Amino acid sequence: MTETLAIETQSLNKVYSSGRTEVVALREATLKIPKGQVAALLGPSGSGKSTLLTIIGLVIPPTSGQVFINGELIVDGSHAKTNLRNYRRQNVGFVFQKANLIPFLSAIENVQVAMELNHTSTFKARRRAAELLDEFGVLERSYDKPSRLSGGEQQRVAIARALANNPAVILADEPTAALDSHRAKQVMELFAKIAHEQNAGVIVVTHDHRYLEVFDAIFEIEDGVLRRRVAVAT
Amino acid sequence: MNLAFKDVQHNLGRFSLTAVGIGMMLMIVMGMAGIYRGLIEDATLVIDRIGSDLWIVQRDTRGPFAEVSRLPKSMVHRVEAVPGVESAREFVYHTIQRQHAGKPLRMSILGLSWPTDKGEWLPLVAGRPLAQNHFELIADQTLGFQLNESIQLGKEKYVVVGITSGMVSSGGDGMSIVTLGDSQAIQFDSVGEALRLERSSRERRAMDVDLFLKQPQLIEHLSQPTSQLPAFSSPQISAVVASIKPGHVIEEVQQTIANWGDVSVFTKAAQEDLLLQGMVDKARRQLGMFRALLTIIAAVIMALILYTLTLDKLHSIALLKLLGAPDRTILGILLQQAIGLGALGYGIAFLIGQQLFPYFPRRVVITNEDLVQLLFIVLVISVLSSLLGIWRAMRVQPTEALMG
Repeated sequence: MTETLAIETQSLNKVYSSGRTEVVALREATLKIPKGQVAALLGPSGSGKSTLLTIIGLVIPPTSGQVFINGELIVDGSHAKTNLRNYRRQNVGFVFQKANLIPFLSAIENVQVAMELNHTSTFKARRRAAELLDEFGVLERSYDKPSRLSGGEQQRVAIARALANNPAVILADEPTAALDSHRAKQVMELFAKIAHEQNAGVIVVTHDHRYLEVFDAIFEIEDGVLRRRVAVAT
Repeated sequence: MNLAFKDVQHNLGRFSLTAVGIGMMLMIVMGMAGIYRGLIEDATLVIDRIGSDLWIVQRDTRGPFAEVSRLPKSMVHRVEAVPGVESAREFVYHTIQRQHAGKPLRMSILGLSWPTDKGEWLPLVAGRPLAQNHFELIADQTLGFQLNESIQLGKEKYVVVGITSGMVSSGGDGMSIVTLGDSQAIQFDSVGEALRLERSSRERRAMDVDLFLKQPQLIEHLSQPTSQLPAFSSPQISAVVASIKPGHVIEEVQQTIANWGDVSVFTKAAQEDLLLQGMVDKARRQLGMFRALLTIIAAVIMALILYTLTLDKLHSIALLKLLGAPDRTILGILLQQAIGLGALGYGIAFLIGQQLFPYFPRRVVITNEDLVQLLFIVLVISVLSSLLGIWRAMRVQPTEALMG
């Protein structure tokens, strides 16, 4: 089964320790996202959404449990099976609540840098960055710094950056929080389109219940316990 | 894409101002080295320019530059008679302070042995060497005299016939070069009242001496000028400088003269060493300590500035790590900026220094060796000062990009 899955977690647990105090952020979290599907992750603040996302994104290790990407075991407990930073660079794309663009780079450079870090030549990276910005309708803002872009434009540049290396996994943490409802719906539909067209596994953390119809699967998390609420067959 | 350059471009004003600040500080470090070199050059200038092989000075003194040295004028003839000596001449050197154009003016007086030495060896930038035994003067341009200007020194007026460049004493005072006789006249000048009082005093002292009481007509002789009294020696000179004939060993001639009981003899190198070890050494150490302190202060300031610049982009660094940037990329950004800041500061220091140093009251001599040494030091402190920022950047977690 795992070879058809873009993302799979097995019994993920995460415990944060501070002195004698222990906070359990995740309890036995298991999920499976097939390639080409987009999943929503719902839950109140402090429920463990971001913790799950950062573990899947190979940013922090779980206390126990496993993470598979494209069927390959990447993390087993606190042990990494590969260089996680390299692996993340090649296989994971992030989109955040705030666009999180690098302020000293222009829009096109923000996209380009993700590819250059992945050893793509400057010329090729520039060309693909322009293509992506064009695809998301912000090509004319290519040479503007993030501070000169609107929230929606910044978010589209951030999505373009997340897609730059054709990642197997795209993780979005409340990407529509700063957008109006029209833009929010556009972005959600965009994620669904990306997942389907690029055969990637996409997880979108959201509080917004208005656009759930675009998701292939919906997961809820509360007090670190993950459960699948709705599954929409594709 | 060069991320370090992009960040600098984004913060160009701040980076440039910082570089100017660092540059000014490095300019002072550069200037300190130049002042030290200038001290050495000034101190050894006369010795180098005169170029004699041996310096004969008063016994147990260290020569005319280190302390007062007095020799009878006849010493030059004794030295000339030593086998192996090609030529010998008197050397008079002393420092005076006079008022000129309403301002105090210090100058070192160098006496030339007329007529054998007319100052042809001097680095003249205007005018000519001395052409007569009296009342002509060659002045260094730092004294501010004009060609053909008349300068009152003692009872006489001296006409400036030549202007030199770079002829200053180890104390930084410009030199005036006159004939030996004139230099002594300037050195031993006394006003008329002092002379009258001295002659009167002689007569009073004579009244206590039996010879004068028994032969009162001798008292009349006491009112004659000092130079006409056999009991008084003629004005003394500071040193005798001698050149050795080719084929003779300098040390052997030195040993011959050193065997006399009334003189000490130094080779040219020994006289230079005495100057440097005695007069310049403390200044050298003082300047060296200032240089070291300023270099450390520059490094600390650079470290703080680079640390602040790093703090400003911690979020971007976290973001780059989240995007998978390897540590060497982050390291590269910070190191390139540190070295860039140091190199830019160094360039600014050099350019500003070139414009400012000529206006310093003392000569600032910037050598290529010192420039290369400072560049190396700047690069080292640039790298060292970036360590604090690098340490902070390495501690940044990619999760920090996800916060706020």
